[in-house]
Amino acid sequence: MTADIAVRLGNAREHRRTKVIALFAGLTAALVIVSIASAGAGQYGMPVTDVLRALTGQELADPYAEGVLWSVRFPRVVMSLLVGATLGVCGALMQGTFGNPLAEPGVVGVASGAAVGACVSIVFGLTFLGAFTTPGIAFATGLITTLSVYALSRSNGRTGTVSMILTGVAVNAVAGALVALLMFVGDQSAREQIVFWQLGSVAGARWPYVWVVLPLAALTALVALATARRLDLLSLGDRQARHLGVNVERVRLVVTCAVAVGVSAAVSYAGIIAFVGLVVPHLVRIVMGPGHLVLVPASLLGGAVLLASADLLARTVVSYADLPIGMVTALVGGPFFFWLLRRTRTTAGGWA
Amino acid sequence: MINAVDVSVRIGGSLLVDRVSLQLHAGEVLVLVGPNGAGKSTLLAAMAGDLPPSTGDVLLDGVSLARWRHVDAARRRAVLPQHNPVAFPFDVRSVVEMGRAPWQGTPEEDEDDDVVTTALRDTGVEHLADRAHPTLSGGEQARVALARVLAQSTPVLLLDEPTAALDLRHQELVLSLARRRARDGGAVLVVLHDLTLAAAHADRVAVLDGGALVATGPPQDVCTAELLSDVYRHPVEVFPHPRTGMPVVLPVRSREE
Repeated sequence: MTADIAVRLGNAREHRRTKVIALFAGLTAALVIVSIASAGAGQYGMPVTDVLRALTGQELADPYAEGVLWSVRFPRVVMSLLVGATLGVCGALMQGTFGNPLAEPGVVGVASGAAVGACVSIVFGLTFLGAFTTPGIAFATGLITTLSVYALSRSNGRTGTVSMILTGVAVNAVAGALVALLMFVGDQSAREQIVFWQLGSVAGARWPYVWVVLPLAALTALVALATARRLDLLSLGDRQARHLGVNVERVRLVVTCAVAVGVSAAVSYAGIIAFVGLVVPHLVRIVMGPGHLVLVPASLLGGAVLLASADLLARTVVSYADLPIGMVTALVGGPFFFWLLRRTRTTAGGWA
Repeated sequence: MINAVDVSVRIGGSLLVDRVSLQLHAGEVLVLVGPNGAGKSTLLAAMAGDLPPSTGDVLLDGVSLARWRHVDAARRRAVLPQHNPVAFPFDVRSVVEMGRAPWQGTPEEDEDDDVVTTALRDTGVEHLADRAHPTLSGGEQARVALARVLAQSTPVLLLDEPTAALDLRHQELVLSLARRRARDGGAVLVVLHDLTLAAAHADRVAVLDGGALVATGPPQDVCTAELLSDVYRHPVEVFPHPRTGMPVVLPVRSREE
């Protein structure tokens, strides 16, 4: 009988392993296809073969096309992948550390904090860091806001999930008011810039920006992968996780810092892109179940695919227009997500 | 194995546990009883290291809990709190496997599958192994939580009302599991409300009232009508079971016509 169980368990694990491999293979393939399609599409369209030739280091017949690819399209695609991956991974981290499927990086004030910094820089026309001024300040204020939410919600050396989320709500409200104030103070063009920054876009991405975001995104991803297993235990509750040997406070601090760094970096360049961080982990959970060892890396790939696709849509749906990417993700993703939730609630028990 | 020395717990100005000294020995089942709000769960939380005592200290194997590394403590004692929600729809086997987390990276890791299977079988949730946790009934979830705690394979078990959601068969099952752990050299502290159940399975009973320890000792000595009536502020009858002789505890009931 015990042998029978062992065999059944072995089969179930084999089955799951196949599923995991299929998922990662599928996501990787989607990533490659979307990236190549995205690099070729746009106002100056070019065939896939040209993109592939350029990627393999061959010269193109049309030097202008080559210039467009290397200086505009590729950095933009890479940026959308980086930002999407970071948002996806951070969504999984936040939901995992808070044991709450509603959590996303926004709840600890990363995005709204970064928005305040970006607005200050725009309204007062700060330029001391050149082209890096707005993202630089946005990064700093996003980081500061998140860490202060963390510090403010601590009492007796412990951070309660609810107190952290409520502190986040308060801090978000203040940050929202500051943005409103700055828009009020700013002139017409500053207001316009702020509005478009908040809508989110990877349109202005260039290689130097990519090189700044890349290491920060990589750091966040590494922390996420390293803590993935412990996040499973946090879903039992803080007390229970502590009984199982998890230093809950340390994990939460490390994760909060990683999210602050990653999302601040992503948001500072791309503006506010809602929804990716919330939805991607849910989609992965629907397919693969809630285990973080798979959830975290799959959210990374899934976020990258989702944002790269959204960017492709943003550039191609309306000719000669570059739609705000945050709008695309929410407009297309919202109803789709709702449909999926309805479906899994009736078929798989869904969420409690 | 766990030694509470003169422990008080004060939360927000109210004294919930008042200078309690209680020793949990290897090989025994110690049952903690007392009326609602007597401080049973608070004392258990202090002995688990969840609440820092405001006076006194809790020693695990002779060393203050504050000085234990989280992982090392998790290999010595497992704790079953009263409520054990699971945030995401993990399947039952995964939840129980989480109990093996402290042993990750040790030679004991090789036993994971066997230990988990045994824990599932012992708590009678083997047939639910593939079900999603949110789809289970309250009693089933309670047994899954217990299975997770058993899978942790620690000599010391602290169980806070493990029988609260269970039917009578499973109540007996849980306490015989506790007895078995004690017989194998473990130490088990259980918070219970059912005094007859406590008397039947405990080696020692500790009675808490108003945060203070009012009695400890073998069930026959502690479970007296006088003491229990006083502690529970309700007349209580105690009589020996006709077959086993163990104390049966019942409230005095009057049916007014």
